[in-house]
Amino acid sequence: MDVIADIAVQGAQMVLVLVLAPLFTGLVRKLKARLLRRRGPSIFQPYRDLLRLLRKEVVLAENASWLFRVAPYLIFAATWVAAALVPTFATGLVFSWSADLIAIIALLGSARFFLALAGLDIGTSFGGIGSSREMLIGTLAEPAMIMIVFTLALVVGSTQLATMAEHMLVPGVGLRVSLGLALIALVMVAIAENARIPVDNPATHLELTMVHEAMVLEYSGRHLAMIELASALKLQLYVALIACVFAPWGLARDGEGIAAYAIGTLAFLGKLAVGGFLLALFETSIAKMRVFRVPEFLGAALMLGLLGTLLLFVSRSL
Amino acid sequence: MPPAVGLGCVAVLMGVAVLAVILGRSRASTGLVYGLCLIASVVAGANAFLRVAAEEAWATTLPLALPWLGAHFRIDALSAFFLLVVNLGGAAASLYSMGYGRHESAPQRVMPFFPVFLAGMNLVVMADDAFTFLLTWEFMSLTSWALVMAHHHEPENRRAATIYLLMASFGTLCLLLAFGLLAGPDGGYSFAAIRAGQPAPGVAALVLILVLLGAGSKAGLVPLHVWLPLAHPAAPSPVSALMSGVMTKVAIYGFLRIVLDLLGAPAWWWSLLVITLGGITAALGVLYALMQQDLKRLLAYSTVENVGIIFIGIGLALAFRANAMNWAAALALTAALLHVLNHTIFKSLLFFGAGSVLSATGLRDIEQLGGLIHRMPVTSFTFLVGSAAIAALPPLNGFVSEWLTFQAILLSPEIPQWGLKLAIPAVGGLLALAATLAGACFVRAFGITFLGRPRSPAVGAAHEVDRFSLAAMILLAALCLFAGVLPGLLIDFMRPAVLLLTGDVMPHQLGREWLSIVPIAESRSSYNGLLVFVFIALSTSVTVLGIHRLASHALRRGPAWDCGFPSASPVTQYSASSFAQPIRRVFGALVFRARERVEMPAPGDLRPARLQVRLRDLIWELLYAPVADAIWWAADRLNRLQFLTIRRYLSLVFLALISLLLVVAIWT
Repeated sequence: MDVIADIAVQGAQMVLVLVLAPLFTGLVRKLKARLLRRRGPSIFQPYRDLLRLLRKEVVLAENASWLFRVAPYLIFAATWVAAALVPTFATGLVFSWSADLIAIIALLGSARFFLALAGLDIGTSFGGIGSSREMLIGTLAEPAMIMIVFTLALVVGSTQLATMAEHMLVPGVGLRVSLGLALIALVMVAIAENARIPVDNPATHLELTMVHEAMVLEYSGRHLAMIELASALKLQLYVALIACVFAPWGLARDGEGIAAYAIGTLAFLGKLAVGGFLLALFETSIAKMRVFRVPEFLGAALMLGLLGTLLLFVSRSL
Repeated sequence: MPPAVGLGCVAVLMGVAVLAVILGRSRASTGLVYGLCLIASVVAGANAFLRVAAEEAWATTLPLALPWLGAHFRIDALSAFFLLVVNLGGAAASLYSMGYGRHESAPQRVMPFFPVFLAGMNLVVMADDAFTFLLTWEFMSLTSWALVMAHHHEPENRRAATIYLLMASFGTLCLLLAFGLLAGPDGGYSFAAIRAGQPAPGVAALVLILVLLGAGSKAGLVPLHVWLPLAHPAAPSPVSALMSGVMTKVAIYGFLRIVLDLLGAPAWWWSLLVITLGGITAALGVLYALMQQDLKRLLAYSTVENVGIIFIGIGLALAFRANAMNWAAALALTAALLHVLNHTIFKSLLFFGAGSVLSATGLRDIEQLGGLIHRMPVTSFTFLVGSAAIAALPPLNGFVSEWLTFQAILLSPEIPQWGLKLAIPAVGGLLALAATLAGACFVRAFGITFLGRPRSPAVGAAHEVDRFSLAAMILLAALCLFAGVLPGLLIDFMRPAVLLLTGDVMPHQLGREWLSIVPIAESRSSYNGLLVFVFIALSTSVTVLGIHRLASHALRRGPAWDCGFPSASPVTQYSASSFAQPIRRVFGALVFRARERVEMPAPGDLRPARLQVRLRDLIWELLYAPVADAIWWAADRLNRLQFLTIRRYLSLVFLALISLLLVVAIWT
């Protein structure tokens, strides 16, 4: 019976991240609009967009290959699996030990790999520019992320997310310099990875500075819906990741019963709301950078991560 | 299977070479020669597979080489593991050549050397004394040199072969000196005698540096890597696969055998040297790869990167062993050995793919390719699998070995030495950078070659290659997935080899729930390739089913949208160099001293604008060019000695004799 219950909880996690992701995107958009004194669309607008895209026909470029048609599903699946492995309302999920934080990053890397290939498939200049810039951002953001993982893993003594969350729940962790550096670096990486301002603009089209939107320019209909949903999932994943490591309060432990799960879900909703508000506030108060400023931004994140790791190599108590 | 099978297979391969010479250039001989190579490799590989787990090492002495000494051969767990790697690569290359060899323009220059090259690599791994090792090492170098020279009509191939020969001779010289120091004054030349004697610390350090130069130049450690990007494109594609995927592994075997087995207890600073070199090699190799337009050159530089990753693992193992943390050394060495196997699999696959593209289009320059996914579906799919594996994407095999290397790095704060405490995190950063740059590199390699629209007419006429080549590529692609999904099997399989070198092993992996791999403890880290694979496969199928049930099925083909301005000309696509431009701008200013110059004609002038990019190879300019210049200078000066009269020659000899006698007199 335990196995079935475990799998049910894991399934609930998968459904939860899928259902909440568009809502979170809608929330951020609404908050940004309100901060700019606009009314903004309803927070449920992303669901409507997705349904509309699903109902539309797909217009496929003449020389699109099978890779172009398969990529959206692979991107979505890899992102979904990664999102399902990050604890949202409960730790100790049954499949959490099938992949640690490094594997989660690599899964997101796979999604990026196929997205960049899809950008090159049609053979247009916009797709190419998007892919090329996305890979540049990725080559800097991913090592920064790995250094952040090193920092966390050296503090906690584990690369497993569940163990990390449980370790952080214990009051003895205290304030550490290295954890502070890791948090700042993680926020920077999250901004870059999700194509947010100041690195990229999620609301733009037809602008030479765009990255993510340029790669998916040729997508339409159900394929576009998959990609939109995947990027919503990815944004939510990063918020969940930051929340799970740095604010693990309210997470249900393994086998604590329905009430704990309900509290965990409510806490997660609260964290999403706070995260969304902070993101919207940040994005409305900063201007977008030129593309070749991004390496400096991410280089700073990489250095912070490396510094955190070095501190821990030098002394375990920093 | 009787243990002498390994040597028997070598004898068969030598025989096949003779047969190839006799048969000459007749068409029918291709299938026969490579078919026999395939059979010999499979048998030798199966034998090696059985020997890995065998308790007893098998040894024999053949009455060859120097009289009254004989040639010693021995297969222990480490040799057996590397024999397996060699013969796996050899079998795949033979199978591929059964088809590819028919397009060969000069078969009589390839077929006789191919089997002896395989035999040479087998012999190096089996050698059990210094003479045999050096002899077979040189044999391996010379046969591969002959293969690099196969297409000797092109001047660049001759240059590549010359540089390869020079670097190979330099490497052998270093190894010769290293063995000279190891054998000691008593001349204990057999490995057993060397193992028994403990060299003094100073001598041991000198040996380490010589082996780093000798084996490192063969493996492609920066800055000794210069021959790889020249020689690998020059050789026929299956030979490139062998040189890149297999011969560099034989070099790594040589390094492991001498440094971890023969040399005795390591000093901690050795590992600092090895790790730093490994980290620099990994990052520089992939950056060079990102700038290449020749597909095979790109793959050669990517080999440099992977050799760097392997050396990081070996360096960590040395660091742990120097601090008596044998269980951690076992983890680091397992990571390195797993990457050895993985790299052989995916790099052979990628070179086969490049060879198929070459035989279908006649082009190696990726700027002229594009759109091959429509013309060569199987090649492009297998190349995609190889690219994803080498870019370390889960659930394929490249990810597992890099993940294990990261886990080994996470164990190293326990190491007390300050030099290592500062170097290891930095190398960890370099490794992470190399891994992600490899992703960008292979998005570029696959995307520009196989996706988009054809950039030259040759691509339009391309056709899928023959069945043998396809079979070899499909087989290796399947192995990429297999090794990625069930890494626990492989980790358990290589336990005896790891035990031999580190005195400890990783815990058994097969007994775990769902076949997870757990380097230390489950609460610390675990990874399950099988579950990740099933998880991805399930969620993909759920998504596909759901979408096909819910969403509209309508699909219309139309011209590309491209923001409303689609252009029919394929030159408007992103090219390989434009894809690399952002990365070149970020890293190139430092590493390549990259300079871009834009010539913009005045308004009204109808000349096209020009963008010129200049990249400099600093290692070549700062290290090799001065050495070459010095040799030329000296040769110029010494050239005069060629034109002396007989009287002067005689007096020269007389003076030399006198001075030597003086030296001897003063010495004693």
